[in-house]
Amino acid sequence: MNTFWTWIAALLTLMILSFLYKDNPLFKIAEHLFVGVAAGYVVAIEFFNVFKPNLWDPLTQGRDWWLVVPFVLGLMMFTRFSKRAAWVSRWPLAYMVGIYSGMAVIGFTEGDLMNQVRASLVPPLSGQAMSGFAQSPGVLTALELTTNPIIVFGLICILLYFFFSLEHRGTAGFFARIGTGLLMVGFGAGYGYTVMTRIALLIDRFYFLMSDWLKLI
Amino acid sequence: MQPQTIQRLKKLEHADKRWVFLLVALAVLVPLIFPLRIPLKTSAPTQAFYDHIERLPEGSMVLLSSDYDPGSKAELYPMTEATLRHLFRRNLRVVILSLWPAGPPMVELALEQVLAERGNDKRYGIDWVNLGFKEGREAVMVDMGRSIRETFPVDYGGTPIEELPLMDEVQNYASFPLFINLSVGYPGTKEYVQYAQSRFNLTMIAGAGAVSVPEYSAYLHSGQLSGMLMGIAGCGEYEQLIERPGLALIFMDAQSVGHILIVVLIIVGNVIFFIVRRQEK
Repeated sequence: MNTFWTWIAALLTLMILSFLYKDNPLFKIAEHLFVGVAAGYVVAIEFFNVFKPNLWDPLTQGRDWWLVVPFVLGLMMFTRFSKRAAWVSRWPLAYMVGIYSGMAVIGFTEGDLMNQVRASLVPPLSGQAMSGFAQSPGVLTALELTTNPIIVFGLICILLYFFFSLEHRGTAGFFARIGTGLLMVGFGAGYGYTVMTRIALLIDRFYFLMSDWLKLI
Repeated sequence: MQPQTIQRLKKLEHADKRWVFLLVALAVLVPLIFPLRIPLKTSAPTQAFYDHIERLPEGSMVLLSSDYDPGSKAELYPMTEATLRHLFRRNLRVVILSLWPAGPPMVELALEQVLAERGNDKRYGIDWVNLGFKEGREAVMVDMGRSIRETFPVDYGGTPIEELPLMDEVQNYASFPLFINLSVGYPGTKEYVQYAQSRFNLTMIAGAGAVSVPEYSAYLHSGQLSGMLMGIAGCGEYEQLIERPGLALIFMDAQSVGHILIVVLIIVGNVIFFIVRRQEK
């Protein structure tokens, strides 16, 4: 049975990869199959994992009668299928937007803003980096010494770039341009990591084909 | 420069991109068949990830949230295997969950592999528990800070958690001296840092797909993450540390050669672009 599914997976992988040569019916079949299976899987999971245990069972078993409220809100979402009644769906949507906005504000403030601001308040020279350099002077330990100055200087330059109340000319323009450069470095790093992920995906598929399917490695 | 050379460069500039696909495929395939065993140097975030697990006393409980699906299997699955091997070798007790619908089958696959390697010496419900998937994303993260038992009344197989001895000791995040999140995307490490780590003061380490690393690095610097496996390279380093080569180390040669090829292509592409542009002016 395992061999059967390995063959199915290998053939579907090849059908998807065939798009690299050009668009073709085999690719389309695999693509549509994936969309269908994924949608079906999510619907089944959501039904048995969310709707039934969290809403249907408690309601039908006479527990938590107040769950009628989210049930009705959920039903109101289906009014989107009617042009005349579509406006009703705005109520549950507004409820969801409100809940998630509130949660996001708290999460961002607590988890991101406060901690990231705190992390950027660093001494010009880190004690750890200084002791590291004192113990073994070298290029790497010397570079380590520059970490904190780069963080502080980089942060100021990038904030200046995003400060639009001041025209980016003269001194402000100079530092804003450095900020742009630093942002480009960040984008470059992001691109590099993205390439790393994409290559890893390709390796995984080739490894599957070579190992599980063809038994070459 | 000779006009013929310029013409050739122009032709190269507009070459069929399928040649690039073919080159990348070969660059990845050849090292898989003929491994080069390029050595890896352990980075500080990987070392910190390893050290945090090593420092836990035997029998400690670890919460592992495995948040990915087959689309990210290439990077996250080797991490799951390596982490589970390390946790079980250290005789730590593991509670596993997922906030991604397709997450639990991936964990089950890794568990099956790792437990079989150990001769199935770990007992379900005593040494480890799989709570499965729970919908609700950030709401689940916050809810677990109040009560994990109420958030997950049954495990992945539908067994009430009252019947699992390990879960008797679990209340909320405070029951775990270490929280591990393996993720690539939403919901994942970013949301756990925002909604759980800061709020409930968790000691948290993460394994991340490379595409998420730039975003998560800020949390590493701020100390919100205490260690991190950065993509397949980080996992390869980790496999070296636990002295159990796995998929990541097999993949790393192909990864390195693939990267070298892409760097060369970028440089060559840019050089050709600038030469042609200068000649056209």
